[in-house]
Amino acid sequence: MKKMIKGFQFWSIGLASSWLSLFVLVPSILIVIISFLSTDVEHFARLPLTFSAYGKVFDPLFLVVLGNSLKMALMATLICLLIGYPFAFLITQLPQKLRGLMMFLMILPFWTNSLVRIYAISFFLGKKGLINQSLQWFGLIDQPLNLLYSQFAIVYGLSYLLLPFMVMPLYNALEKLDHSLLEAAKDLGANSFQRFVRVTIPMTMPGIVAGCLMVLLPAMGMFYVADLLGGGKNLLLGNVIRTQFIQTRDWPYGSALSVVMIVLLSLMLWGYLKSSRSVNRKGGLGDSDF
Amino acid sequence: MTRIFRIGFIGLIFAYIYAPLGLLIVNSFNLSRYGNSWKGLTTQWYSKLLTNQSILDAAGHSLMIAVTSATVATVIGTLAAVALLRFNFRGKGAMSSLIFVSMLTPDIVTAIALLVIFLSLGFTLGFLTLLISHITFCLPFVIVTVFSRMKSIDSAIFEAAQDLGAGDGLSFRYILLPLAIPAVAAAWLLSFTLSIDDVIVSAFVTGPGYDILPLKVYSMVRVGVSPEVNALSTVLFAISLFLVAVAHFLQKYGLASSAKQQSTC
Repeated sequence: MKKMIKGFQFWSIGLASSWLSLFVLVPSILIVIISFLSTDVEHFARLPLTFSAYGKVFDPLFLVVLGNSLKMALMATLICLLIGYPFAFLITQLPQKLRGLMMFLMILPFWTNSLVRIYAISFFLGKKGLINQSLQWFGLIDQPLNLLYSQFAIVYGLSYLLLPFMVMPLYNALEKLDHSLLEAAKDLGANSFQRFVRVTIPMTMPGIVAGCLMVLLPAMGMFYVADLLGGGKNLLLGNVIRTQFIQTRDWPYGSALSVVMIVLLSLMLWGYLKSSRSVNRKGGLGDSDF
Repeated sequence: MTRIFRIGFIGLIFAYIYAPLGLLIVNSFNLSRYGNSWKGLTTQWYSKLLTNQSILDAAGHSLMIAVTSATVATVIGTLAAVALLRFNFRGKGAMSSLIFVSMLTPDIVTAIALLVIFLSLGFTLGFLTLLISHITFCLPFVIVTVFSRMKSIDSAIFEAAQDLGAGDGLSFRYILLPLAIPAVAAAWLLSFTLSIDDVIVSAFVTGPGYDILPLKVYSMVRVGVSPEVNALSTVLFAISLFLVAVAHFLQKYGLASSAKQQSTC
């Protein structure tokens, strides 16, 4: 009997921890090591240790690509926030029963193939797509606009794919918002604009930051969006990393790019944890509040 | 006035979300090849789809990978959730942070990390590497889903079981698993969807000769507009809808019934 207990414990702990070690921990360490190795097209990487891959990352030519990629990802994040915040806010104003349905409808496309949705967008934005046709029908333009294969199309695609990831944390934060705080602010003479800016936004800051992270982080890696909507001219960080691993076989450079991406991620995460802690501190009524 | 504005705004957002998908579905029945205008109703793209052997093969591969990886990830993940909940062991904190980190890592980094380990170990890219990768990115989601459900179970039940002489294995088999089964099922479905939708990781770790559906769609779409893709997308959309409905039903009905079970215990 004793042995069986040991057996169950052994398998339940051992299976997952060895899987995670072998396929998550070890590969991550390998990536960091490779980023410090020298380029070798045939054997992927070789000694000696060098910083040359990082040198390439901070090469001005590449920094333009990184800047563009970051700009597109940030714009998509901003658009998601500007659309998602009022949307999530309006949803929380609805009766309880409708809220669930609305959130369900918001999340539903998330369950369908993202490639299919990007394909649908390319259809939508094309020269003879719905947008151009309706603009022409209304007489707003004579010639169809070149919407597709541009940075605009990539930003549109990214914000389309990632909107649910912004709305979910915002909705959770807004739903938890303590309405007595708003009433207190009203009693103290704050108008609705002041209440929104000085109570609602600070109190939902963790949701805002979480949503932004959930859009920004995957956005930089979605190479197929840039591929299908950007027409191969406008690149995301994901495209550059992919090229290094699949085509040019410069593993150290590709690894260094990933390490830089992870460092950026960790910094943002750290900022998030800090902001959520500070709101939790402010949210409770401490002694200093009296 | 503000009411109309509010409803209008919500409606506009839903139009933004659903218009491209709606257009795709309508065009899958459109006789016009390029979908510029309506030329009449047809189901010919669907019949073309059914005779396209390479698409059918890719669909079969995708299904195979999704079912296998979801099942393996659910088994390992459920056991891991039990371990995290019930046992104290060395490296528990490290395991939790590893799970957290792998959930947050962007897909592209997961993809290259897996590619590097496979090539260093001398694996041939294909079925096995795809399967391992899909299990790897599903695993943390299974653990988190099942763990959060198990955490809500009253721990007095385990003490009672222990007093009655049940060991860890028995209490898992007769108490924990039956109570957590809706979450286990939900985790399986989540893994299935994650697996069947994945583009980024699969694009790195698959080899020639083992094409899966998203990658097949990717290569078709890159070439240009093809009405078969519209039909295929509509079918995929319908399948996802069905699965979401099943998941929703399981969560609602399953949780209610297991809550009842728990209260009668």
